Amino acid sequence: MKLITAIVKPYKLDEIKEALHSFGVQGLTVSEASGYGRQRGHTEVYRGAEYTVDLVPKIRIEVLVEDEEAEELISVIVSAARTEKIGDGKVWSVPVDSVVRVRTGERGADAL
Amino acid sequence: MASAITTLAADAPTLSAANTGFMLICSALVMLMTPGLAFFYGGMVRVKSSLNMLMMSFISLGIVTILWVLYGFSLAFGTDTGSLIGWNSDYVGLSGIGLTELWDGYTIPVYVFAVFQLMFAVITPALISGALADRVKFSAWALFSALWVTVVYFPVAHWVWGAGGWLFELGVIDFAGGTAVHINAGAAALGVILVIGKRVGFKKDPMRPHSLPLVMLGAGLLWFGWFGFNAGSWLGNDDGVGAVMFVNTQVATAAAMLAWLGYEKLRHGSFTTLGAASGAVAGLVAITPAGGSVSPLGAIAVGAIAGVLCAMAVGLKYKFGYDDSLDVVGVHLVGGIAGSLLVGFFATGGVQSDAKGLFYGGGLEQLGKQAIGVFSVLAYSLVVSAIMAFLLDKTIGMRVAEDVEVSGIDQVEHAETAYDFSGAGGGISARTTTAPASAAASKKVDA
Repeated sequence: MKLITAIVKPYKLDEIKEALHSFGVQGLTVSEASGYGRQRGHTEVYRGAEYTVDLVPKIRIEVLVEDEEAEELISVIVSAARTEKIGDGKVWSVPVDSVVRVRTGERGADAL
Repeated sequence: MASAITTLAADAPTLSAANTGFMLICSALVMLMTPGLAFFYGGMVRVKSSLNMLMMSFISLGIVTILWVLYGFSLAFGTDTGSLIGWNSDYVGLSGIGLTELWDGYTIPVYVFAVFQLMFAVITPALISGALADRVKFSAWALFSALWVTVVYFPVAHWVWGAGGWLFELGVIDFAGGTAVHINAGAAALGVILVIGKRVGFKKDPMRPHSLPLVMLGAGLLWFGWFGFNAGSWLGNDDGVGAVMFVNTQVATAAAMLAWLGYEKLRHGSFTTLGAASGAVAGLVAITPAGGSVSPLGAIAVGAIAGVLCAMAVGLKYKFGYDDSLDVVGVHLVGGIAGSLLVGFFATGGVQSDAKGLFYGGGLEQLGKQAIGVFSVLAYSLVVSAIMAFLLDKTIGMRVAEDVEVSGIDQVEHAETAYDFSGAGGGISARTTTAPASAAASKKVDA
């Protein structure tokens, strides 16, 4: 099993959710995140004093999938999240040892 | 403040119900400026010290009101001694004043004049607090403001507006308080910050305003209240001078806002919200001394010049390295100086007084008088405020501990925080916070 994590632009959330739904993903977790990549943040001006705001608001999406679906799912997220402009984000996957559904106690693929 | 109204009638003035009502409303409008200022300043500081900023203005409504009734009105507007200070035992505790006793040749009761002037005395020390954001002990601030109004504001108000006061007698025009209020507060702010020093992280940490909507709300309330401040300063409306002042207040403020925004767009590339609010306040400050002596076109010039000068001046703190947190010096001191000196150029001689400015054939005389008013009040307030801050710092201490300043002054000084950021519907914090004693007690009864 794999945990796929995507850090993307907040306004792309709906599109990614749609794409994941069409792919057959049953559930996901979304949280607000902030950070920066190579482009860094932006500048704000208050009475002439400039402040560099490093941390840019992002959305973190987490999805658990079976190993064989992982690569395809990553492609689905990437194509839904892409704007071809700087700051589109990153997607990665990591192996997961075990998953348990809290309500029933089911484990592994049954718990997804 | 207005000199005696020129009345054509030979009769002694009688109480005017219209003027009395008008002045009571003006007094209430000026009162609203202090909470307005609290929001203007409160929005500009960081979340962690926003309540303290609101309180530093709000407390003035408590402290100065009481001192004004006890002895302030007497010191500022009592019978003159040596052109420096007033005294009238009838005014002590406002106890010896008749209900229908009229104020010095005007058509309004002494009580109405006293309460109108009280509101000026309340907002002036509150103006200073913007320079001291985030770092001053609340108790030290309360004591400072009580001492400051006693030693600085009450005497200066007497010099400028009191019959017999030396600047009043000299012919300095300070219609509604450019000198007595704004230069006075701005110079005091500079004096205090030179003594107490910078905030931790000044020029290194970002100190962005936590709520620009609050700043705009505050600026709007200030603008609204300022009509009372300015239009009320003629102490009546029998001859239209108050109405001209109302018009001038509006147009100068509009011009200053546009000028600040224009400067900002050229210099920094954006029309900012903070710039609009600051420009409006700069215009209000500048027209305060000048509005009774200039035409509406003159008021546009005064506002526009002050807007640009103040927008330029707020950068000085980074250049010279003093931490005037919310630009009290840049906006109030510079704006007040600009407005007071511009009287010497734009006074038409046809409104509040006969004095003409340089552009209306008056020569340099009025400008010279204005300069004396500006620099004497500036110097007195700067020096005395700095000495006062130094003495308080050496005795009870002016500043909070460094760790308190970094973690936020609100929680330590006021046992409160402005906003609940616990999130998750408050569920986590509700379970980990100790319930108030009374709630715990009532639960026991229920069980």
